[in-house]
Amino acid sequence: MKSLADLENLRQKAQEAMKVREGMKETKVVVGMGTCGIAAGAREVMSAILDELAKRQLADVTVTQTGCVGLCEYEPLVDVIKPGQPKVTYHHVDPEKARQIVVKHVVNDQPIGEWVITSR
Amino acid sequence: MRELSLHILDLVENSLEAGATQVEIEIREDLKQDLFCFRVRDNGRGMDEDTLQHAADAFYTKRCTRKFGFGLPLLKAACERCEGKLVLESKPWQGTIVTTTFRYSHWDRAPLGDIATTIFLVLAGRPDVKLYYRHWVDGKSFEFSSEEVKRRLGPVPLNHVAVLDWLKGYLAENIGHLYGGA
Repeated sequence: MKSLADLENLRQKAQEAMKVREGMKETKVVVGMGTCGIAAGAREVMSAILDELAKRQLADVTVTQTGCVGLCEYEPLVDVIKPGQPKVTYHHVDPEKARQIVVKHVVNDQPIGEWVITSR
Repeated sequence: MRELSLHILDLVENSLEAGATQVEIEIREDLKQDLFCFRVRDNGRGMDEDTLQHAADAFYTKRCTRKFGFGLPLLKAACERCEGKLVLESKPWQGTIVTTTFRYSHWDRAPLGDIATTIFLVLAGRPDVKLYYRHWVDGKSFEFSSEEVKRRLGPVPLNHVAVLDWLKGYLAENIGHLYGGA
């Protein structure tokens, strides 16, 4: 059973790892989490993204959520924002697509064109 | 929504949308009284009397880019189907409290569902927010404070990949424990 006491150990380990990645540029992944997104399955999508990142121990990616952006019929929506590149928005994402987006786009820099809505 | 935890996620997103920096989630499951209730309290921008009157009315606004859409009306309908109710309290600049009740054993009451993942995602996505979570199931309870975790982590961010891994397990285990799980 995990307890708050585990955090002491975790803190030491994480601090050592953090020294290594200081100054690294971050990739941002944003999941639409308005009522429309949630109803369309955005929770499971965000969960899959975090799971895939954890499996690969990718520490330079932050995942956050945003409210409704008015494209309810395209939800779940996921933005991938890489440093120095335009934002790429994926539509109708499900957990399986989400994992592929992490592998192909976030890790290997290969956006998946047929799922992209716009890139502004 | 097929799980009450998705309604809770929706309420928390409303709070964040309203600029809340602190969100409290309480869930009470009381089988003796045949009662299921949850409450989300925030310190966001709140609503004036007029907005509050219409907040649970689906046709007050259907604009998806605004704070109110179908979230509250859906939740209100879910409560009322189960002989319960939705109560909204809010004052401008003081925050909002949403309280729901359901008859626990009602046929139409959706299950709570995956509340551990719900709480975990809010913490992962918005580590800056102060999140307090309390969950009672009959005699058992579990309390969680994001601030307590941050205090113990010191300079390590809450959304550090190793911390998230721990958080996910910690929440799932402790919440599972409320239901007599291992």
